[in-house]
Amino acid sequence: MTQPIFAYITHKNGVADDSALELIVAAKKIDPSAPVTAIVCGDGAELDAVCTAMAAVYPEVWKVSSPALAYPNAEVVRGVLVNLLPAGAVTLAPHDTFGMDLSPGLSVKLNAAFVPDVVGIEGVDGVTLKAVRQEFGGQVSTHIHCDMASGVVLNIRSGVFQADDSKASGAVVDKSGQAGDCKAKRRFIEVVAAEVGDVDITKSDVLVSVGRGIEEQENISIAQELADAIGAVVSCSRPIVDAKWLEKARQVGTSGKTVKPKVYIALGISGSFQHMGGLKGNPFIVAINKNSKAPIFQVADIGVVLDLLEFVPELTEKIKEMK
Amino acid sequence: MEILVCVKRVPDTAENEIVVNGKGTDIERGDLVYSVNEWDNYAVEEAIQIRDRVGGSVTVVTVGDGDSEEILRREMAMGADKGILLSDDAFNGSDGRGIASILKSEIEKGKYDLILTGAQADDGAAQVGGMLAAMLDMPYASLVNKIETGSGNTIGIGREIEGGNQEMSEIDLPCVLSIQTGINEPRYVGIRGIRKVASVEIPVHGAGDLGIAAGSVGAAGAKVKRVDYFVPPAGEGAEILEGSSDEIAEKLIELLKSKGGIK
Ligand SMILES: Cc1cc2nc3c(=O)[nH]c(=O)nc-3n(C[C@H](O)[C@H](O)[C@H](O)COP(=O)(O)OP(=O)(O)OC[C@H]3O[C@@H](n4cnc5c(N)ncnc54)[C@H](O)[C@@H]3O)c2cc1C
Repeated sequence: MTQPIFAYITHKNGVADDSALELIVAAKKIDPSAPVTAIVCGDGAELDAVCTAMAAVYPEVWKVSSPALAYPNAEVVRGVLVNLLPAGAVTLAPHDTFGMDLSPGLSVKLNAAFVPDVVGIEGVDGVTLKAVRQEFGGQVSTHIHCDMASGVVLNIRSGVFQADDSKASGAVVDKSGQAGDCKAKRRFIEVVAAEVGDVDITKSDVLVSVGRGIEEQENISIAQELADAIGAVVSCSRPIVDAKWLEKARQVGTSGKTVKPKVYIALGISGSFQHMGGLKGNPFIVAINKNSKAPIFQVADIGVVLDLLEFVPELTEKIKEMK
Repeated sequence: MEILVCVKRVPDTAENEIVVNGKGTDIERGDLVYSVNEWDNYAVEEAIQIRDRVGGSVTVVTVGDGDSEEILRREMAMGADKGILLSDDAFNGSDGRGIASILKSEIEKGKYDLILTGAQADDGAAQVGGMLAAMLDMPYASLVNKIETGSGNTIGIGREIEGGNQEMSEIDLPCVLSIQTGINEPRYVGIRGIRKVASVEIPVHGAGDLGIAAGSVGAAGAKVKRVDYFVPPAGEGAEILEGSSDEIAEKLIELLKSKGGIK
C-alpha cells in the first residue's frame, strides 16, 4: 500500500489523549510498514509539549499552531486538514465527541470514504480496506469493505486497539504556514462544566446501576431498596437521565461520570460502549438482564438472565432476611 | 425559521432482540417492532419548540421505502407541518454518503434556515448530518443539547462533550445540527394525534424528481459496503447463574459477599 497514513491527536492541558497511542496501533493494522504521521493542532507551550511527546511515538509529527486552534473547534480543524492532507490520505481520528464532529464532513471535503466507530481492522486487499463495526447498540457486528482508492477517514473506537510500545525519535515539522486562515462559521465561546449532584457516585465502592430495563420511574425504588440493603449507591445509564428520572450526576459513561467501584450491579443495562466507557478499574460486574444476548454479558463476571422487576425485589428480601 | 428534520425508521432495540439470519446477510426482520430513531424524536421536538417560539415551519424528511411513511406521520402528529418521503429502488444499498447526497438534493429544492438530524441512528455511525453540512457548505455542530434562538443570523448552541460538559458556541445560519438525547422531553403522541394526520398527503420524491444520476447513490455508488452481519464468538463472557430464581439469588448473595458487595 502506498497511501500515507495520518493520525489526528486530540489533547488537553498539554497532554495527549489515550487515543493518541491507540491510533498508531490501528494504523499498523492497515499497513505495518507505513510511516504514520501524527497531526497536532493547538497553540503555545501546550502544543509544543504534545508534539514532543508524540515525536517519541510517531516517526513524524506535523505541528499546526494558531491562536484559533487553542480550543479544538472541529469546524476550524477540518479546514486546516483539508489544506494539509495529500490526496489519497488515510486519516485516523478517535470516535469521540470531537471525532464525531470532525470526520464525516472531512471525508466529504477530501472526497474520501468514511468508516465510523471502527472496532476492528482486518487488513487491506488492493484498495479495499476490511474493517469491523457494530450495529444496534453492539448487539450484532458487521464486516465492512471500504473502497479507499481516493482515501479514507476512519473514526476509531477508544479502548479497542491496545497501546503497544511504539517508539520513535520523530521529527516535528511545523506546518502552520500551510494551514490557511483558521476561520469558521462556528465560533467557540466557553465550556460549561457538568452540574454537581447531591450524591457523588465516584466515591462509592458498590454501585447499583439502573438502565432502561427498569421501564418505569416508580420502579427506581426497586434499585434503591437493593442499594440500601447492601450499602450501595444508585447510579444509572443515560436514558434514565434523559427521562429525568435521576439527575445527570448519577450517569455512568463517556458523557457522564467515570467510576471505579469494586462491585457494579447493572440492572437492565444493555452494555453500550459509551456506558461501559465510564466503568474503570476492572470491577466485579453483575449483570441482570432478561435478554441473554445483551452485550453486557460479554464483559460482566456474573450474569442473571431474568426479569429484573421480579428478581431484584426477591433478592433484596433475601438479603434483608439474612441480616 | 424554516426547519427541516431528517428522520429514520429503525428497529426498536428496547423492544427487540436483534438476531442475525441464517446466512448472515441481514438481521431477522420478520417480527421486529419499528419506530422512529430515538435521537430523531428529540430533534423533531426541538424543531417544533423553535417554530412555536419564533414562527416558521417544520418539515420532516426521510429516505426509505413505503413503510417509512408511518414515521413521518408520527412526527407530523407530534406537530411537524409537512412530511416528505424520498423513495426509489435506486436508493437501496446507499452508504451514509449516499443518504446524505439524496437529502442534499431535496434540501436544495427548498430554502431552509436550520437542518436537524439525530446524533446517530441504529448503525451508530453518526455520519449523515456532518456529511450533509459539508455537501451544502454549511457550518455543522454535532451532539447539540441546547439551542438558543435570537434575532439575526446566528444562534447559540451547546454541544455535549466528554464527561457531560457543555461546549457553548455561536453558529451562523443556515446550518446543520445533530441533536443529542436529553435536549428536551419529546411529547407523547396518542392514537388520536396520528388519526388526525392519517389522510394528509405525503409527497414521494424519487431519483428523477431530485435529479440524482443512477449509479451515484445506492449500492453502485457506495464506497462503504456492509458484507455481512455476525455475532462474534463469545469470549470469556459472564458466568450465567442457573437454577430457580431462589437458587440464583442465594448464589448471587454468596458471590457479592465474597467480593465486598454487601456491607
Ligand atoms: C455521544 C454519546 C454519548 C453517550 N454517553 C452515554 C453515557 O455516558 N452513558 C450511557 O449509559 N449511555 C450513553 N450513551 C447512550 C448509549 O449509546 C446507549 O443508548 C445507552 O447506554 C443505553 O442505555 P441502556 O443500556 O439503559 O438502555 P438499552 O440499550 O435500551 O438497554 C436496556 C436493557 O434492559 C434490558 N431489559 C429490558 N427490560 C428488562 C427487564 N424487565 N428485566 C431485565 N432486563 C430488562 C434489555 O434487554 C436491554 O438489554 C451515549 C450515546 C452517545 C451517542
